[in-house]
Parts: sequence; C-alpha cells; structure tokens
Amino acid sequence: MVISTTSTDSGEHLNSTFASRYVRSPVPRFSENGFKMPENSMPKEAAYQVITDELMLDGNPRLNLASFVTTWMEPECDNLIMASLNKNYVDMDEYPVTTELQNRCVNMIAHLFHAPVGDKETAVGVGTVGSSEAIMLAGLAFKRKWQQRRKAQGKPCDKPNIVTGANVQVCWEKFARYFEVELKEVKLTEGYYVMNPEKAVELVDENTICIAAILGSTLTGEFEDVKRLNDLLTKKNAETGWDTPIHVDAASGGFIAPFINPELEWDFRLPLVKSINVSGHKYGLVYAGVGWVVWRTNDDLPDELVFHINYLGSDQPTFTLNFSKGSSQIIAQYYQFIRLGFEGYKNVIENCLENARVLKEGLEKTGRFVIVSKDVGVPLVAFSLKDSSKHTVFEISESLRRFGWIIPAYTMPPNAQHVAVLRAVIREDFSRTLAERLISNIEEVLKEMDSLPSRISTREAHVTATIHEIQGGKPDGKPLKKSVRETQEEVTRIWKRFVDGRRTGAC
Amino acid sequence: MVLSKAASDSDVSIHSTFASRYVRTSLPRFKMGENSIPKEAAYQIINDELMLDGNPRLNLASFVTTWMEPECDKLMMASINKNYVDMDEYPNRCVNMIAHLFNAPLGESETAVGVGTVGSSEAIMLAGLAFKRRWQNKRKAEGKPYDKPNIVTGANVQVCWEKFARYFEVELKEVKLRDGYYVMDPEKAVEMVDENTICVAAILGSTLNGEFEDVKLLNDLLIMKNQETGWDTPIHVDAASGGFIAPFIYPELEWDFRLPLVKSINVSGHKYGLVYAGIGWVIWRNKEDLPEELIFHINYLGADQPTFTLNFSKGSSQVIAQYYQLIRLGYEGYKNVMENCTENMMVLKEGLEKTGRFNIVSKDNGVPLVAFSLKDNSCHDEFEVSDTLRRFGWIVPAYTMPPDAQHVTVLRVVIREDFSRTLAERLVQDIQKVLHELDTLPARVNAKIASSSEENVKNGALVTKKSDIEMTREITTYWRKYVSDKKKTSGVC
Repeated sequence: MVISTTSTDSGEHLNSTFASRYVRSPVPRFSENGFKMPENSMPKEAAYQVITDELMLDGNPRLNLASFVTTWMEPECDNLIMASLNKNYVDMDEYPVTTELQNRCVNMIAHLFHAPVGDKETAVGVGTVGSSEAIMLAGLAFKRKWQQRRKAQGKPCDKPNIVTGANVQVCWEKFARYFEVELKEVKLTEGYYVMNPEKAVELVDENTICIAAILGSTLTGEFEDVKRLNDLLTKKNAETGWDTPIHVDAASGGFIAPFINPELEWDFRLPLVKSINVSGHKYGLVYAGVGWVVWRTNDDLPDELVFHINYLGSDQPTFTLNFSKGSSQIIAQYYQFIRLGFEGYKNVIENCLENARVLKEGLEKTGRFVIVSKDVGVPLVAFSLKDSSKHTVFEISESLRRFGWIIPAYTMPPNAQHVAVLRAVIREDFSRTLAERLISNIEEVLKEMDSLPSRISTREAHVTATIHEIQGGKPDGKPLKKSVRETQEEVTRIWKRFVDGRRTGAC
Repeated sequence: MVLSKAASDSDVSIHSTFASRYVRTSLPRFKMGENSIPKEAAYQIINDELMLDGNPRLNLASFVTTWMEPECDKLMMASINKNYVDMDEYPNRCVNMIAHLFNAPLGESETAVGVGTVGSSEAIMLAGLAFKRRWQNKRKAEGKPYDKPNIVTGANVQVCWEKFARYFEVELKEVKLRDGYYVMDPEKAVEMVDENTICVAAILGSTLNGEFEDVKLLNDLLIMKNQETGWDTPIHVDAASGGFIAPFIYPELEWDFRLPLVKSINVSGHKYGLVYAGIGWVIWRNKEDLPEELIFHINYLGADQPTFTLNFSKGSSQVIAQYYQLIRLGYEGYKNVMENCTENMMVLKEGLEKTGRFNIVSKDNGVPLVAFSLKDNSCHDEFEVSDTLRRFGWIVPAYTMPPDAQHVTVLRVVIREDFSRTLAERLVQDIQKVLHELDTLPARVNAKIASSSEENVKNGALVTKKSDIEMTREITTYWRKYVSDKKKTSGVC
C-alpha cells in the first residue's frame, strides 16, 4: 500500500484502538448505502479489534456439546497449522511433502479398517473437506459402477436408489437430491433408533446402488449391526445376482471402534463393504475441515471418475469435489497419527467413554431422565425426560444456555417423532470436572423449572416442534389463541430475559 | 494421558528433541504406530519434512493468496476451533458485500442470495446444479425431454467445469481456441447453444493468459438468439480471478449483473479476494435463480438453518479472514493492491521484452499475470526454462494451450499481492541467467517428441523409446542435478 495514504490519516496511530473512530462507527452492514463494502480502508489494528470483539459474543466452541467436531489441539499442532496456512493443498507439485503426508494418512486409515492391501501396497482413498464430500464421492463411485453394470446387461439405468436408515445425517439426503438418486429410508421405531438390517435388505431392488450403514448414528451414537447386514445381503445377492454392495458411514465411529471394540466386525473384514468414510475432524481429533474416504480396492473406484490433469505443468490424478483448499488440517491429521499412535487414540477414547459414564450416572441419579443412548458406541449421552407433561427438553436446552452450555434438543425422525431427546457429545476436551459441573447445572435448571408454571401442554409443544421438523423448519404461521396461562408464560419469559440481559454475555 | 506412562518412557523429556530416539527411527508410513511419541518430537519431525516443500511465496504458478497481515493470522488462529456451520453472520455479510460489488439488482435492505464455499470448484458445482434444475423444471413444464442437458464453455475452462460435467452428467460443449485467440469466442459460443443448453459459462480471467472474456458481447448475441428461439438460455460468469479485480480497476467494464442474462457469478476469495486457500463465493441474481428444492432446511441445534452447499463442517477461519479483508481494505484498499500488482506486472513484462527472446501472450487488461513464450524454441523449449528456473527457487509453470492451439507452449507468472517490484526485477535477472545457461547446452530432443510425450503422460502411461539423443540428455540432466545438489543449502527457503 502506498505510504502517502496513511499520512492523511493524521495521527491515526497515536490514538489507542478503542479511541479510534472506527470502533464508534457501525460495522458496514446496515450503513446508509446498505450492505456494501466500505469505501475506505481502516487500520489493521482496528479491523482486528472490531472483529475480535464481535466474535467474543459467539458461543465458546468448547462448551458446544452439540458438536462432534474437535475443539482443542495441542499447541505444537497449532504451530504446525499456523505455518501451513498459506499452502494450497492442490499444488501437489510444489508441496510434494504435504501430498506425501496425505497419502500416508490414507494408508494408515486403510490399514486401520483392514483394507485388503499388502504391507507395502498403496491404498485407494483420498482426503476431503469433511464426511459430506467423502460421502458424495463414495456415492458417485457406486452410482457409476452400477450404471456400468446395467449398461453392460442392456438394462435401464435411469432410476438409481440408495437404501439407508431414517437416522442418516443430512448429507445423504443432499447426495440423493443433488446427484439424482432416490433415497429409500428404513423408518425407525420407538426404542429402535437405527437402521434395521432385515428391513433394509427387504428394500433392496435391482436399482439399488448400495446400502449405507452408519457406525455411530448422529442421534444416539449407536453402532449399526453391519455384520448382520452383510450376512443378510450376501444371502439376498446369492438369490438375485444383483451384487448390491455396502458403504459404511463411519464419520464418528471410524476412529472409535478400531481402538475400543477391535473385535467388532464392521469394516473391510466384511466382504460386501466396498467403501468407508470417516471424519478426521470428529474423533480423528483434528479441527474442522478434514475427512477421509477409503475404497476396498482399485476396482471399486471407476477410473472414468478420476481426472488426470495438467495443472501447473505436471500430471495430477484427482478425485475430489473441491480443488484449492488449505493444507493445515491434513498436516494436523498426520501429526495426530504419529503423535498419539494406536495407544494414544485408545487412551483418549477410553477417557471420553469414562466421562460419558460419569455424566450418564449423574443424570440417572436425578431420577428425572431416561437414557436413550447405549454404552457401546460414540461417547455421548442422549437422554429424555421421564415426564414431559409440564416441561419439555426444549426448555431445558434453552435454560442451560444461560450457563453457557449448548446442548441441543430434537425430536427423532419418523416413525418416532413423539420422542424428544437432549444430546451431549463427549469430546477429548470435556474433562470429568466439566461433566460434574454440567450435572449440577442441570439439577439447578430442573429445580428452577419445577417452580415455574408449565408452558402450553407438552403434546402441543412436541407436536409443534414435530411439525416444524417435518415441514423442514418452516413455521406454519397459524396464530395461537392466547390463554391466561400463555400470557403468564410470556410475562415470565420477558422478565427472565430482562434479568439475563444484565449478566455478561456467553464466555 | 495417564502420568505413569510418561514416566515409563524414562525421561524422554530431558533429552533434546534431536537427541531422542524418535528422530532416528523411520516414520510410520502405511500403518499407525503402536505407541505415542512426545509432542515436541512429533512437531519437529513434521516440521523438518515440510521444510522440503516449496516456498509458497515463490510459487508463481498459483493465483492463491500466500500472505496475509499478522493481525489476520491472529484472528485465524483464534478461530481455528470454530466450525463454519456454527456461524451465520459473517458469511451473510460477505455475501451481501460481494453481491453489491457485482451490482446485483437488490433493493435497499434486501438480502442477497449467495453462499460461502470452500473454493470456486464447489461454487461452480452449486451454480451448475441450480441451472440444471431450473432447466429441467422448465422442460418438464413444457412436456419436453430433459435427459440430455449440456453446457457451453470455451476450451480454456478450468478443470472444475469438466468435473461438474462429468459428475453431474451434463454434456460439455467446448468452443475450440485458435492460435492468437485464447478465450471463448462469443459468436461461436452462441452458435453452439441448443434447446438442451442449461447455460453458457464465460470466464472473467482465463487461467491460461488472464484475459477477460467479452461477456457483454456474449450477452447481446445471446439475447438476440433467445428472442428468435424462445429458449431463454442464461449466462454464468466464472469470475474466480477477475471478480475481485474488475470492479476495482475496470469499473466501467460491464460483465456482471448489469447484464440481464447473467444469473450467477462465482469468485474465489482465496485468489484476489486476498485470503488463504479455502474460500469461494457464489452469488445468484435473485431468489428465482436458485430453485427452492435444492435448499435444505436443517434443524441444526434446534434452529432452522437453510443450507445449499456440498460441504458441511469445515473451518471458519477463512470466512473471518475474508470479512477482515473486506472491512480492513475497503474499496480503496483493494484498488491499491490491484494497482500495485498491475504495476509490477508491467515491470516484469518490460523486463522480458527487453531480453528480445520472448513473445508476450497475455494482455495488459485482465488478471495481473505475464504469459510468455520463446520466440525460438527449436533448441530449448519453455519446459526447460521452467525446470532450470527451479534451481533459483522460482516455480514458474510451462504448459501447452488446449485445442486447437496445442502447438503453443507458454510460461506463466502470476503476480500476487506479495510479489514486490524487487522480486520482479530479480526474476528478470534470473531468467536472463537461465537463457544464458541454456544457450551453452546442447539442444534437447526436438519439440515434437517432447509434446507427444506430454500426450502420453495425459493418458497416464509414459512410453518412450530411448534414442542416442535421449541418452545424452538423460546423462546431462543427471549430471546437472548432481552439481546443483552440491550447491544447495538447507532446502528451499
């Protein structure tokens, strides 16, 4: 930037940041010329401060118990990340070591999942931005293989479908909608919140490109019975000759099962499993922005999907949706692999499970909750109220925010929409002290709620929430008639908010 | 981790990192190691290996930003543990600012339609998906077949368009280039449009030579054709590079939403948006151009969150950095940066012209880069110049043009914000040294064989028969490498 411009700011640097005019004027958003870039520059200290101040009001990522995504890494790793912020991952020619690290990670993960590769053979897989991209790539591979098979048989290939449980994460629905594949969902039932293998296999037809099983369901953390699915599907394939494969969405479970439940057969040890995805940024213990997908063998990834491009002068095979992206997370993933090793990961997950158990027992002791999550699976605790007639889990969730905790409440997908749960995910940085503190905060919330008048009846609350869920979040706009009770409740709410407003904002 | 474990490693922490056994043993490559290692060792091992990567700032091949102010680095580090899906505010603000920059027809407090993506690849896929769905809906309503969508682009498109076409099953109709004309010809493009065309994609800032395509001419010709045919074919502008250049230094150039047929635009935040790799933007003209059925309303943490992206969880640092740049620099700041880049580009261009050995293929208007080819490449070609420049630390790529101009090879230097004038002058000097050196070496195997082996590499298998000349060349290369290895100090910068 030309030096002459700064001097016209006459003495800008003499004022302290908070005394400069920039922190007085409104942030360019609702300025007079509406949502536009500001005409002039501002000093970097001011820009830094303005943004830091605003971000302070965001929730504290470590208290966000809704998310599986890693929120803490060792300072050494932070240094490595900082140093590689300016490396564009896709410039493989210029950063060959970074590319090598990605390849090593793929190999390590493939071996972890018992891929049938020799000791020195390279595995087939790729680093992605997250499990969404990984799943789309895996789905694309299945779709293309299925199309090739059908074309070879001279049969129509215009109506592909995929069989999953209704408990799938939204990215499967995205895949289905964007890539024009029909989604056939196995409905859940009360008490059984994962995909039923028998029903799934029943739904398979000649147009099914694959069945997707989840290791670590988003809702309850449960591991689906992939072995059973494999056995049933093998039988059906023998009868029909359709050769339907399985994909395992191990976004959370992929870095848990191999360490804690090594005898559990869910990966490439099962012959029908052709690809697996896992999120590096969940229990891979890396910050948001890295996922992995591994294929069983070269055959399972159709070559026509792989691009060989002349980028920046050399041949580069690529199969990803994203191109340019940062390299930091890949390096961080490699760091974790060599730093922790098998025993390190095992220790971390064991700690998480222990803390989950502490939380679970604390909740059970209050006598007010039903624990919906299982002990085997992702370390999380999903719990619902024994009695939701007066107050709902949604209220608990809201009240907990006052203490800084973010614990989401949600209703189950069909056909268990009448069940609503709270879910707390236990990550590496959720220590036992925090668990005990959370329990005491929940007890306080319960005590407080008991002393307040009940809101509109639970059923209505649930139903309204359910309607929102089904309609995909669009409020249906029907006016509610105000009863005495509701007015009372509104007054209480307003007063509560007034009191809260006087406390300091979230950490 | 349990304390007892650390003790049983018998005082590993007392040893200095380089004296520990971990830096002696070979690193796990295929399988995870059984045991943990101390964090200092892990850090050092990885740091050491990464030293051998190229220096990002000397990578003149890439448009992607390689330097940001320390304040911004601090902000990015502080938000490294934030998940992008947990923040709405900043992406929306950036989308609005960019939409206004592109003259989107918005009312005073109307919110713009757009999303933040991981890069222009994702942005283009989303835009393409929107066009495909709109076209399918239109055809269904007309009762016509919709199974053969196609998209018209120039052969100079970046690979992500080909990816989009292949992954989303859309046919790619490419307008071929020709010698001297390295962008999409609007007339030819409009000729190729048929009833199955979902859109025509124009590029503002071609990857190969930085040129801006004439979007206005395309718009005018396409309007005429649409009137005749009634097909209503829209335009998408891939402004990956040009989107943060044209508004600041060519504001009178009409390429954006000022042209009525332009329905969506993508731009890379990580190119001239001046942010590190990992952020792009796509903006739609208005709500109608983004079919509602593609938008997912998810119940995230109990609140409705509309989302239309391919990626879900990802880092939020780059969005914050983008916002930082937009408010820190403002319009005048971006203008200053771009003017500096253009100035440095002129310095480089003139330096190259002065050597008398090069033809400049890039134009002055467009992305600040210099694409040049040798006037005489019979003895030595551009690939050799590129290889030899690496010895000086510079990464300058050489590549052949797409059909029908494959006989033209160019070297391309991209001028980014952190490429100062001193570096430009040094590069010119180094290029002169390279030319001098090449002049003293025997000629390589002639260019024809070189370019046909290029073709073989493309198909994934390299097949060459060894001739005498090739043996000589192999020996020379080997010897040269041997000598240069002796000169090297500890890796690239």
